[in-house]
Order: sequence, then structure tokens, then C-alpha cells
Amino acid sequence: MSDQDKILKDVTQGDYKYGFYTDIDSDSVPKGLNEDVIRMISVKKKEPEWLLEFRLKAFRQWQKMKMPHWPHLTLPEIDYQDIIYYSAPKRKASLESIDDVDPELLDTFNKLGIPLEEQKALAGVAVDAVMDSVSVKTTFRETLAELGIIFCSFSEAVQNHPDLVKKYLGSVVPYTDNYFATLNSAVFTDGSFCYIPKGVRCPMELSTYFRINAFNTGQFERTLLVADEGAYVSYLEGCTAPQRDENQLHAAVVELVALDNAEIKYSTVQNWYPGDKNGKGGIYNFVTKRGMCKGDSSKISWTQVETGSAITWKYPSCILRGDNSVGEFYSVAVTNNHQQADTGTKMTHIGKNTRSLVISKGISGGVSQNSYRGLVRVLKGAENARNFSQCDSLLLGDKCGAHTFPYIEADNKSAVIEHEATTSKIGEDQIFYCNQRGIDTETAVGMIVNGYAREVLNKLPMEFAVEAQKLLQISLEGSVG
Amino acid sequence: MEKIREMLSIKNLKVNIGDKEILKGIDLEVKPGEIHAIMGPNGSGKSTLASTLAGRDYVTVTDGKVTYQGKNLLDLEPEERALEGIFLGFQYPVEIPGVSMVNFMRTAINEQRKYKGLEPLSAGDFLKLMHERKSIVGIDSKLTNRSVNEGFSGGEKKKNEIFQMALLEPVLSILDETDSGLDIDALKIVANGVNKLRRKDNATIVITHYQRLLDYIIPDFVHVLYKGRIVKSGNKELAYKLEEKGYEWLKEEVEAD
Repeated sequence: MSDQDKILKDVTQGDYKYGFYTDIDSDSVPKGLNEDVIRMISVKKKEPEWLLEFRLKAFRQWQKMKMPHWPHLTLPEIDYQDIIYYSAPKRKASLESIDDVDPELLDTFNKLGIPLEEQKALAGVAVDAVMDSVSVKTTFRETLAELGIIFCSFSEAVQNHPDLVKKYLGSVVPYTDNYFATLNSAVFTDGSFCYIPKGVRCPMELSTYFRINAFNTGQFERTLLVADEGAYVSYLEGCTAPQRDENQLHAAVVELVALDNAEIKYSTVQNWYPGDKNGKGGIYNFVTKRGMCKGDSSKISWTQVETGSAITWKYPSCILRGDNSVGEFYSVAVTNNHQQADTGTKMTHIGKNTRSLVISKGISGGVSQNSYRGLVRVLKGAENARNFSQCDSLLLGDKCGAHTFPYIEADNKSAVIEHEATTSKIGEDQIFYCNQRGIDTETAVGMIVNGYAREVLNKLPMEFAVEAQKLLQISLEGSVG
Repeated sequence: MEKIREMLSIKNLKVNIGDKEILKGIDLEVKPGEIHAIMGPNGSGKSTLASTLAGRDYVTVTDGKVTYQGKNLLDLEPEERALEGIFLGFQYPVEIPGVSMVNFMRTAINEQRKYKGLEPLSAGDFLKLMHERKSIVGIDSKLTNRSVNEGFSGGEKKKNEIFQMALLEPVLSILDETDSGLDIDALKIVANGVNKLRRKDNATIVITHYQRLLDYIIPDFVHVLYKGRIVKSGNKELAYKLEEKGYEWLKEEVEAD
């Protein structure tokens, strides 16, 4: 092995620094999945009858479904009876102030760099912190309420804004949608809810931070975000989990709704525990994310930086129903060691003059497999639909794989669809050029990879772009083989 | 202790690429303040010599010794050689998409400062330094705002090499065919940059195929590399003679020996 290989290996095999576990009393339901467990979750969350019905319908549907095997992934068998579907840190009946939050919990989020005390929080970012099955704390809620913005945990939204939840829940991702979305619809526990009223531009970044803590627990959160006419919101999602030898399942559903002239920017920095260097442990991240550009001239933009998880399987998508609506997807997916990713997007053009843009950058190191899978679909009535897709793959070393599966279905002759794809290997010449200027290989690889991903990183809000850059560097520690 | 007079001392250097012996015993001494020109026909081993000094891993040193400022150069990693003040002006500068020149050079400068135990340069101070050094090569701000060498013309890439040299202030610069592909104006700018950066305590090795660069950079010594050996050394007159008579003359002379 040459020195360069050795360094690349060191760089890509850096340690996961969020792997700690918080020892905290939790209130869980017994392992396993049946109607009683679902009823128990519903009771614990004091849900109205219609929501229990929604869950049960989904559960009955799910029992008839089979796990799909079409992705380019080596999927293990999952024993759904061996998972705990509800686990909540024990706490007082209600949280009146930050003082009511368990100090252990505060400490956990502090360690993760997410202070929940507002005075310490990142200026301009409101956070909803979700640990295992419940939301721990939502910051800046009062400030946002003054503008009529609702930002709270999903459970609270069910209690306080049932009409909004009832109207939009399942409207973008129906409970019958797919195996994991249906499972989520049956057992989802918490998540974030956000509503931006007509004409309001949300003045701060809204953010949800997900943390899986408890042992053998699946995380099934539900996020619902509605931007009313002319509203704008930028939303961020971050996630980590303790380091464990067992795999843990994360099957979330995110639904976005943008009405006339509304714009939603949804960014994810996904850093679930990826498993160890030999591929043991790690999170299965099987998530359904979809946005509906319901209104005319609305816009939904997904940006994702995917560095964690043992297996990532997700396609944040846009349904461009409104005329002149715009869908965008910017993605950097990094896989290293034994990680697998099958990710991409679906752009469904329904309205006239709808436009979509896809920029995907895959980076693979170690013996990982990284696939882009994308569907661009233009329906009959979508006059003058436009799509441009660009999928680039960067290989670090010669034991990893990069794959591209673009699907195009156009039923309208006026559609213009372009697809560009490139695959490149990180150049020894590039690394040597940096070395010759006094920059060591580790720093050089980080710099080259960040340069490669820059088009996407630039789309992230400032605070997170810096974070994501560092993350890319850490995830690739030791990757060039 | 005896003062080290040589900056660079190459003794009987033999280098292979794969199974093929390219350098067959090179001897060269470079002292501070000197400019050496290495000339020779294509395939004589000029670029291999530059690559060996800079530490590329596809060359294998099979024999000989290279001492640089009292250190065994061949023991050092490429980045250590750079931090010790060796600069290679690339024959084919590499493009690094998405990495801005500012970010690239600021990283390089700060690595150098770290190596010397200095604090990193602030963004403001760095931009000031960049602005000041830009004038030496007359490089356009448009170029320094772009990604490293991306979309640069051949001439712009070479100017950019000299610009980096101006920023890093190396002890020993090795310019590998910096003149190739340059029109006469670009050639003058590049040569002018090299001359301005010349000091008593630094040295330059100019590798070139043509004599014309040496009209603008006046070397103290000219060495002719042929089939992996330095077959002739002299002053700048040797370069003129080569230009006039061509390498054929040399071949005859060497083969007559």
C-alpha cells in the first residue's frame, strides 16, 4: 500500500464522535408490533379517534405488504417483532420552562452541539429536539408565534391544531404509499410540525434535531410542514445515534406542502451512526420524503448531505402540481467502509411550465456502494416541462462502487429533459499538486472532496455549510484505498 | 562546523520509471543565489529529474544521494520537501474544480506557517499579500477568484505557477518547462517574475527545451542532459551554441567520445 493509500485509509476511517449513550429513565412499550401496541402508543399520546383509525388502517395495509427488494442494496432481514416502537425519556407532565427539562437531556443535546437554552442557541435558528420517540423541547416558539408561525412537536400539533394536522397528514405521502411509509403511518411517535401562514417569511431557520438513544428502538418520526400562500421557510434536519453493534431502524416520513407562490427549502445533514469499519452495527435509514408543490408558482428545494447510516435508502421527491412550480434536489451522498446508499429523487411534472433541477454528487470510499436512482416523470398535461439532471460520482480508491440509475418517463412531447453524468477518480495528480504546495494528503483529499461537493454545500444555510464541510472531512477519514 | 555551501547536491543519482532506467548517474551542485538551466532533447530525463526532486511516487531511486540544506532529501515526503522550501513549477498544472485559488493558497501558506511555528494568516492579511504578489506576475484578479487552474489557458496556468511561487517564496524553485506553450508576451511576464523573485539566498533550476527562455532569465550555469546523463556543463554561451547547432551537434560530440 502506498503512503497515499495509507493516508486515505486513515482519513476515511475516523471515529464517529456522536456514539455515546445517555443513561436516562425511559418509558417504553413492550417489544413487538400488533394492534395493541398501536393502541397503546395512541393512548400514551392522548390521540383523537381519527388518528388511531389512521394508524390502524395503515397497520392493516402494512400486514399485506412485502419489503421491496429492487434497490441496489444488500438488505438484511429485519425482525419487526424485535423492535421497541415507543420509548420516551421520563419527564414531568408538562414542560413549562427549560428548567423542567431533565438536565441529563439538556446535557445530551449540549454534547451534540445543540444547546436548548435559547440564550445559548445559535442566533436565528429555532430547534425542535427529538429524542427517541418524543420531542424534548422546541426553542424560540414564542418569537415565532408572534408571526402566526406554528412550530412544535407533532404530538402537540395533534392536541392544539388538530384541523391542520387532519387536513394535511397523509396528503402527500398516503398511508398506502410504500412499505416503510405505511409502517411509519401505523407507529409514528413524534416529529416536528410547522405551519407558516399566508404571506409570512419565516425570519429564522427552523430545525429539528433527531437523536436515537434507547436500545433496540426504532425511530419513526413524522414531519409535516405547510407553507401557506406566499410563505417562505428554510428548514433543517440533523441526526445522530449512539454507537451500537446492533442495527437500528429509522423509518421516517416527511411531508411538505407548498401552496400558491410559497417556497420551502428543506436541508438535511444526516449523520446517523454508520456502523464500524467492518460493517457491524449502524442505522438503517429508510425514509420517505416528499414535497407537493400544490399551488401555482410554488417551489420546493431539497438539499441533503448524507454521510451516516449503514444503509441509506431514500428519494426526497417533488410533485409539481401547480403551474410554473419548481422542484430542486441537491445531494451529496458519502459512503465509506461498508456503507451502502441508494438515493436520489423523483420529480413528477403535472402542472404546466413546471421545472426541476437535480444535482447529485456521490462520493464513495472503502468498499462501499453508492447509487443514484432518479425518476423524472412528465404527465400528459404538463406542457413545457423542463428538467436538468446532473449526476456525478467520485471514487476514492478501487474497491468501492458508484452506480447511476436514471429513469425518464415523458408523456408530453413538449418536455425537455436533460441528463448528464460523470464518474471520476480522485486524481493522484491533484493530490500531488497539493502535496507540492505543502498540503498533506489528508487535508488535500478533504479540500478536493469539498470542492467537488461545493455546488451542493453552497445551498446549505451558512451555519450548516461549515458543519457539513467538516463532516465530509471526518466521514472520509481514511477512504482512499 | 563547516558551513554548508551547497543548497542542493546531487551525487550519482540513478532513477527508474518501472523497469526502465531514465537517469543514469546525475551529478549537480546548486549554491544559493544561482540560476541553473537544464536543457536537453525530449526524452532525455529532464522532467524525471524534476519529479524525483519533488518526490513523485512513480519514480524509483536506485542509486545515488541528494542532499538539500544538509538533509537527505530522498527521505522526505513530498509535502515536507515543499515545506522545506522546494517549489516545483509544473509542466502541466493540475485543475482542482470547486477549490478556489484563494482557499488553496491560503491553506498552503498556513501549512507553511504552521511548519515554521507561526500563527495562521488572517483572511484580511492573506488577501493583502495576494494582492501585493499579483503585481509581480501581472495575474488577473479574475483568475485568482476562480477554481485552481480550472478553465485557465495554457499561458494563464503557467503564470499561475509563478504567482504561487511568489506567494510561497521558496528556497529552491524547479521550473519544469515553464516556457512550453507560451507566446512571447507571456514568456516575458513569467521570466520577469522569476527575475524579480531572485535573491541571494534562493536558487532556481530552469528546465527547458528551448534557449529562448534564457534570453530573459540569464542562467549562471547551463547543463545539457542527454540520455539520462549531464553530458556538458557551461555558462550561458553553451545555450547559444545549442540553439545555433541544435542537439544533433551534441549527439555527435557525445557519441564521438
